[in-house]
Amino acid sequence: MGLIARLAHVAYLVVALACAPIALAQRFITVASTTSTEQSGLFGHLLPIFEQKTGIDVRVVAVGTGQALDLGRRGDADVVFVHARAAEEEFLREGYGVQRYPVMYNDFVVIGPKADPAGISGSADTLDAFRKIAGAGAAFVSRGDRSGTHIAELALWEAAGIDIDNEKGPWYRATGQGMGPALNTASALNAYILADRGTWLAFSNRGELEILVEGDRRLMNQYGVILVNPERHPHVKRAEGQAFIDWLLSPEGQAAIAAFEIGGEQLFFPNAGEPGV
Amino acid sequence: MGDIGSAFAEAAGLILAADRTLYGIVQLSLAVSMTAVAVATAIGLPLGALLAIRRFPGRQVLLVTLNALMGLPPVVVGLLVYLMLSRAGPLGDLGLLFTPEAMIIAQTILVIPIVAGLSRQVLEDAWREYEEQLRSLGATASTAAATLLWDTRYSLVTVVLAGFGRAAAEVGAVMIVGGNIDGVTRVMTTAISLETSKGDLPLALGLGMILLAAVFVINAAAQIIKSAAVRRYG
Amino acid sequence: MLPLILENVSFAAGGRTIIDGVSFELAAGPRTVILGPNGAGKSVLMRLCHGLLSPTAGRIDWRGTRDERRPRAQAMVFQRPVMLRRSALGNVTYGLKLANVPKAERERRARAVLDAVGLGAVGDRPARVLSGGEQQKLALARAWALEPEVLFLDEPTANLDPGATREVERIVGDIHSSGTKIVMTTHNLGQARRLADEILFMSAGRLAEHAPVERFFAQPATAEAAAFIKGELPWD
Repeated sequence: MGLIARLAHVAYLVVALACAPIALAQRFITVASTTSTEQSGLFGHLLPIFEQKTGIDVRVVAVGTGQALDLGRRGDADVVFVHARAAEEEFLREGYGVQRYPVMYNDFVVIGPKADPAGISGSADTLDAFRKIAGAGAAFVSRGDRSGTHIAELALWEAAGIDIDNEKGPWYRATGQGMGPALNTASALNAYILADRGTWLAFSNRGELEILVEGDRRLMNQYGVILVNPERHPHVKRAEGQAFIDWLLSPEGQAAIAAFEIGGEQLFFPNAGEPGV
Repeated sequence: MGDIGSAFAEAAGLILAADRTLYGIVQLSLAVSMTAVAVATAIGLPLGALLAIRRFPGRQVLLVTLNALMGLPPVVVGLLVYLMLSRAGPLGDLGLLFTPEAMIIAQTILVIPIVAGLSRQVLEDAWREYEEQLRSLGATASTAAATLLWDTRYSLVTVVLAGFGRAAAEVGAVMIVGGNIDGVTRVMTTAISLETSKGDLPLALGLGMILLAAVFVINAAAQIIKSAAVRRYG
Repeated sequence: MLPLILENVSFAAGGRTIIDGVSFELAAGPRTVILGPNGAGKSVLMRLCHGLLSPTAGRIDWRGTRDERRPRAQAMVFQRPVMLRRSALGNVTYGLKLANVPKAERERRARAVLDAVGLGAVGDRPARVLSGGEQQKLALARAWALEPEVLFLDEPTANLDPGATREVERIVGDIHSSGTKIVMTTHNLGQARRLADEILFMSAGRLAEHAPVERFFAQPATAEAAAFIKGELPWD
């Protein structure tokens, strides 16, 4: 493959120079983040501000939380920016990250069909809603992909006293997809689904679905950012990666996060420095 | 049906607006796939010629394997190349992951079996016709291979276009090794995948139509060149 | 390279013996025609002599010295001409290039030989659009341009009409006059009588007779030869 790699590199440079120059060989960092963050449009809003300020190009690879942390473990990213505290802390314990900083939170919402067969609309108690869904055997779509959203969903089942692995029936559909595709599936099936508000607001294929349960403290979704440990992976761009993290936590970065809106609604709530999250 | 109508409208709107992001994505898609096909052809045609002309023990096994590899799932190739190029993998120090070069590598691997396998068939049929005469004239194996490649050039154009079709259409490999990074490794197919997962189906379809149109134009151009050459050279 | 000597040559393929213990000597000079019914092994014998096939038993020896002036000592023209996808001229220069003739000389020689066979006007046309007869003349031109010491021809007129056949026979005669040994197969008695100086008569894989042409036709030594001449030998 080394030969192919070399040929590919030369051939690509020739063709690319002939077509149009594409950004090569400038200062950049690779950030592994989640599909929900990317698809909400937050990065499209934030990154140009940072890039203009520092000249550092931020390249976001958006995958599920589990895969994002894996990219960090393998050293394929300089920074990880995900929303699953337990998984992030395990990442640190394994020695792959330097330190975890809370950055912002958004919330999850329980989405469901207007017809609401499980009768959960307007409830303030998420756990009760989940019990009703399981009890009614109403169609429910799960991410099933080790993402932050998936991990949060599993935690809710457990807190509601439901052993979902054993008690799930044909009503429970684990799709193994990102948030957008999972919403597509829920829309097609008229099913309930746990989603982050950001992806929901940017999602246009809603069908009969609407928000049925929101605002419960249990639905808070905390984001953390971690620099991949240069002692494990010496090639990690420590200075630039730290610059990005510092900016996210700075008053300027936090204000930029708060300023991001969809349809006049703020999606993410900056909370850097807040203890216990 | 309404979706398809909106898709046409979206596609037209994007093209007319001369959307720079879109043009960048189209350019990157063509650059990656054409480069991959060029490299794959440089490797695959001589390989096809070798298999067509030479007899050696294990040739049948090799032919069966090659034909099977024509059906390599792109996502599997993507995964394998990712494991090789990852920092944790053997070629990690090259720093090629999440770059267009990585995408070219993955697509080249996908296309080589197609070019080699299909050209082998074309060349073997031609060899049956030419073998005695070329050997009588004193051609060595490599000269004969070069002569066959030139003489079957019209059929080989079709083979190369088949390889290009495969490369331009796949999403599994470029998604994994490229990472669909905005402005760096986002190509038509990964952009379509992204817009679909965001639920913006008309936009996704519109992009799909633009991709089809680009591939169609390339095929048409190849056909025109071929016809002109046939008229001149027979 | 001549004389060519075959000693007890046999060739078997697919469990069948196609050539069985054939021995003869081909000397420079006389036009040799290998005659015989279909299936007698004529084509296989030609290919053995030319080197396209290897005998399964026996020896094939070119006893003469190699003539350095001749770019390619042997050439062969097949029953069906095989033309490359390029111009008629290009087909001839292709052979010259393989024979390491310098580039400056290739086109000159090619055009000369095309004129000699009567294809001078179509030199720049694609070879594949020429008629069957023209293509066979082109094959002869391609072989002649190499100035071979020996020219093998395998039933060169079997697919041609009488007019084209006459032209091909004339060209073969011209090639012989320019100093090339002719070895040709045919199953056509008239053609053999017209073109041969000596006859090798093949029957069922064996060399049944080897005689000068007049004696062969006037007094065939074997029963098969006699039957063949009278048109009675059955097809295999």
